[in-house]
Amino acid sequence: MCLAIPARVMSITGDKAQVDFGEKVLREVNVTLVDAKVGDYVLVHAGYAIQTMSEKDALETLSLWNEVLDAGTQ
Amino acid sequence: MVTSQSYRDPEMAKRVADKINALTPKNGVIKICHVCGTHEWTISHFGIRSLLPSNIEVIAGPGCPVCILPASEVDAAIQMAKKGIVITCFGDVLRVPGSHGALLDAKAEGADIRIVYSTSDAVKMAQEEPQKEFVFFAVGFETTAPSTAIEVGRKAAKNLSFLVSHRVVPPAMELLAKMDDLQLKGFIAPGHVSTIIGVEPYAVFPQKYGLPTVVAGFEPLDLLFSVYMIVKQLSEGKPRLENEYSRGVSWQGNVKAQRLINEAFEVVDGKWRGLGVIPNSTLALKDAYSSFDALKKHSVPLVDGVDSQPGCQCHLVVVGKIKPPACPLFLKACTPQNPVGACMVSMEGTCRVWAKTVNAQ
Repeated sequence: MCLAIPARVMSITGDKAQVDFGEKVLREVNVTLVDAKVGDYVLVHAGYAIQTMSEKDALETLSLWNEVLDAGTQ
Repeated sequence: MVTSQSYRDPEMAKRVADKINALTPKNGVIKICHVCGTHEWTISHFGIRSLLPSNIEVIAGPGCPVCILPASEVDAAIQMAKKGIVITCFGDVLRVPGSHGALLDAKAEGADIRIVYSTSDAVKMAQEEPQKEFVFFAVGFETTAPSTAIEVGRKAAKNLSFLVSHRVVPPAMELLAKMDDLQLKGFIAPGHVSTIIGVEPYAVFPQKYGLPTVVAGFEPLDLLFSVYMIVKQLSEGKPRLENEYSRGVSWQGNVKAQRLINEAFEVVDGKWRGLGVIPNSTLALKDAYSSFDALKKHSVPLVDGVDSQPGCQCHLVVVGKIKPPACPLFLKACTPQNPVGACMVSMEGTCRVWAKTVNAQ
């Protein structure tokens, strides 16, 4: 029920945006809850974008994980 | 380029599992509770439990809004449908058992009940057919509540009212934290609920109950790292609140969504199927929007219904007191094709997830 999927914003018209879930799966979602720009990634839940996401955040998670794994067991 | 595969690296998973193993004491059970159906799906689907030490038990709490939907609200929706009102709802609400059948049964008998993918679909349908009365059955936690709040606030269609069944997660977690017989050692907090409410609302768990609490994402490595973070906190004897899912959750959450929720709803006591009434756990429309309250508009009272069919153990499953196979009906009288209890209905219900994965073996 709280499933949310990242998608990329392709165009914005008012409170609606065309987003790409990958491989050109385009859908219209409501972007009232976020300040998204074209090119941003948004988390989409049941037709509404609930948060913006950046590649930087995604990479940060991975680098933090690597840091944890490379550290000796505390 | 980051893809979901980046978060599913088997080599990395093995290394985290080794770290968890190294930090886990050999004696005593460490019971960690998550509160999200999607977490249960990831844990089961990717076999996360098989990677953990045998004395770490990850249990599924009341994290599926469909599973905790009381029969009284399903009954009210069916009553409205039988009055000729069009009921719109998410797909998994259709088969939740009411006292005497589900919405799907009413649909089979000719009622106009339509599945929608989002609240805006319900608005669109109501606008396209102004001569009919529509109700949107608004089920879901804080993740879903903002979309209802947007459409209520816009007053988009006069012929669309809302049967509001939104519930908030932290009070239910507190109920579990208070259950002495559960003996919880930590919480994995729901990632997308937290996208909206932020991290702060969980502060009570480490502070008051001494429970390490980690907000987690939904990829297998997210869950493994969350377990690692909890085990690490336990080994240090310093329970605290951490955010593993920083790519989707900020500390303060989605402030705009919170504002919209507060404008449309007030927090009231509410019933959860299998758990009874939980204080300050349910959203109700504010008086300013009472003309959009389906119960008031269509004069349908909420009457306590039959939440549990004979033999059904959903009330113990939703608090993690038993695993689905311990229920006498599991995969016998109660199957995904023919659910008896609410936990077997949704893709995220614990019983249904177990019915579909190796956990059930």
